[in-house]
Amino acid sequence: MIVKIVSKNFDIPNAHLLDVALQNGRYGSLKRLFSLSSQAVIDEIDKSKLRGKGGGGALTGEKWKLIPKECDKPIYLVVNGDESEPGTFKDRQILEFDPHLLIEGIICTSYAIKSHHAYIYIRGEYVFWAKRVQNAIDEAYKANLLGANVGGYGYALDVTLHRGAGAYICGEKSALLESLEGKRGHPRLKPQAKEPEWFFGNPTVVNNVETIASVPFIVENGADAYLAYGTEKSPGTMLFGLSGHIEKPGIYELPYGVKMIEVIEQIGGGVLGGKKLKAVIPGGASSHILKADEIESITLDYESLKENGSELGTGGMIVLDESVSIPKAMKNLFEFFHHESCGQCTPCREGTGWVDKILGKILDGNGTKKDLETILDVCDMLDGKTICVFAPSVAYIARSYIKKFRSEFDALCTKG
Amino acid sequence: MSGFTFSKENEKYFENLLKRYPEKSSLTLPCLWMAQYQEGWISPEVMEYLANKLETSPMEIYSVASFYTMFNLKPIGTYHIQICKTLSCALRGSEQIKRHLVQKLGINVGQSTKDMRFTLSEVECLGSCGTAPCVCINEDYVQNATTQKLDELLDGLSK
Ligand SMILES: Cc1cc2nc3c(=O)[nH]c(=O)nc-3n(C[C@H](O)[C@H](O)[C@H](O)COP(=O)(O)O)c2cc1C
Ligand code: SF4
Ligand code: FES
Repeated sequence: MIVKIVSKNFDIPNAHLLDVALQNGRYGSLKRLFSLSSQAVIDEIDKSKLRGKGGGGALTGEKWKLIPKECDKPIYLVVNGDESEPGTFKDRQILEFDPHLLIEGIICTSYAIKSHHAYIYIRGEYVFWAKRVQNAIDEAYKANLLGANVGGYGYALDVTLHRGAGAYICGEKSALLESLEGKRGHPRLKPQAKEPEWFFGNPTVVNNVETIASVPFIVENGADAYLAYGTEKSPGTMLFGLSGHIEKPGIYELPYGVKMIEVIEQIGGGVLGGKKLKAVIPGGASSHILKADEIESITLDYESLKENGSELGTGGMIVLDESVSIPKAMKNLFEFFHHESCGQCTPCREGTGWVDKILGKILDGNGTKKDLETILDVCDMLDGKTICVFAPSVAYIARSYIKKFRSEFDALCTKG
Repeated sequence: MSGFTFSKENEKYFENLLKRYPEKSSLTLPCLWMAQYQEGWISPEVMEYLANKLETSPMEIYSVASFYTMFNLKPIGTYHIQICKTLSCALRGSEQIKRHLVQKLGINVGQSTKDMRFTLSEVECLGSCGTAPCVCINEDYVQNATTQKLDELLDGLSK
């Protein structure tokens, strides 16, 4: 099941150093890249149907096409390495084991969208990984793979690493740009029609680390080589994660479309300690929980998860065994959501806290059936009345926990 | 008068960064980081100094600094122990680790020891769910943490 496109060099000792990286094919895409026009690179990515790996699965080619063709303002690329969605630890593997793949992807992407300065925004806690990447950037400048004349092909490109400082919401692309501008990480209001992102009013592309790291393979080998993996609508591969109650937690690169249960059993070695599976949160904490009997038919691609009322998200699967109290797991995540609400919208700021509080009351044995109704009412309040999608997605998740595991909640609500 | 100024190296770094952003305000987070490394925390003097440097108000610097959990708005212990409490770590025993450290250090989460050697915090997902439970001491991740591993580490720290 495992394939190695993005993770090809992960097991090679010292592949984070330029010498070793070069020996193992890094920067091999530049020759073909610079033989193509910018437009031809965009067309190639468009044809590959490369989907964004940051959680939304948007088509990368579509996004790049939003950058105006003729533009007298500078164009920017911002790489999203904020990686804070619980259950997600994939971008980190690229930063640690193959930072030059990321830089190569940045060169390809910048050339395609005609950007001459890219920023890599890395979450503040990733100190070790930020140092790794900075080291790779320094190496690349010294070897003229960055700077005034990238690889001798006459293209100028600067790359600057920017560290966050602890705020989940800065992973949301517009909040990330606010943060990069030196402000609080507040998401911006969404425009009516599709348009690029804006960094100080300049057209900007924001892509996830893994998305950018997927670009060189396509540039070097062509879209068809990428389309050979995965499914028709979700082609290619993704770095899937397994954590929680699983024998072999970790990151595994798999083509889209493989069966979730086989991944858990064959690659993950099954539920920890041979216990029974209770549920899986499939794509990071912000995706809908799935009961054990629901996952039998599920394949790991955007379409299958959607048909089954959930999301592929970041591909970070959290496995829960039979001993887990779902109300307790839900409380754990609502502490997270409450803590990470940026606070701009009153329903989100207050609502996440209320749900957390009520769950605490229920878990303390003081809950009533009415409390569950109150949670569902708060969800209605969270849904559709806020600046970003954080609040509505939290509402959907809360409803799914209660709906799917109602009897567990009812059993705790003994005070009326 | 401000009682804080950047060290020579930081000043040089600042000048360098100025060339790498379209506008000065982007330097807010990098400056807060530099100041915190130099001073240990973001003091009122730091805010005043940065406000001057970035041509904004101390209130604006405070507003930004207070949004991000990693900027310390008061001094903290020499060793900042941060236990991840989010789901993947909770499923793999972060609660036991917390109980152990609370007992060992004799302080609650959110507190510092009297000698200011240790500060104990709980934090949200560190992006280390595959090697849970994860504890971060200052800037170093302790992955697959156990009480024994932490004891060895903490007992071995220089005084
Ligand atoms: C609440 C929230 C948190 C997000 N966190 C991240 C994140 O940590 N990393 C990331 O790449 N994308 C994150 N995203 C998605 C980004 O907004 C954006 O869609 C993505 O970076 C685009 O890149 P892609 O198309 O390459 O996936 C988040 C979105 C939301 C709504
Ligand atoms: S929905 Fe929540 S996270 Fe999103 S902007 Fe509003 S308060 Fe912030
Ligand atoms: S839940 Fe602890 S590192 Fe992700």
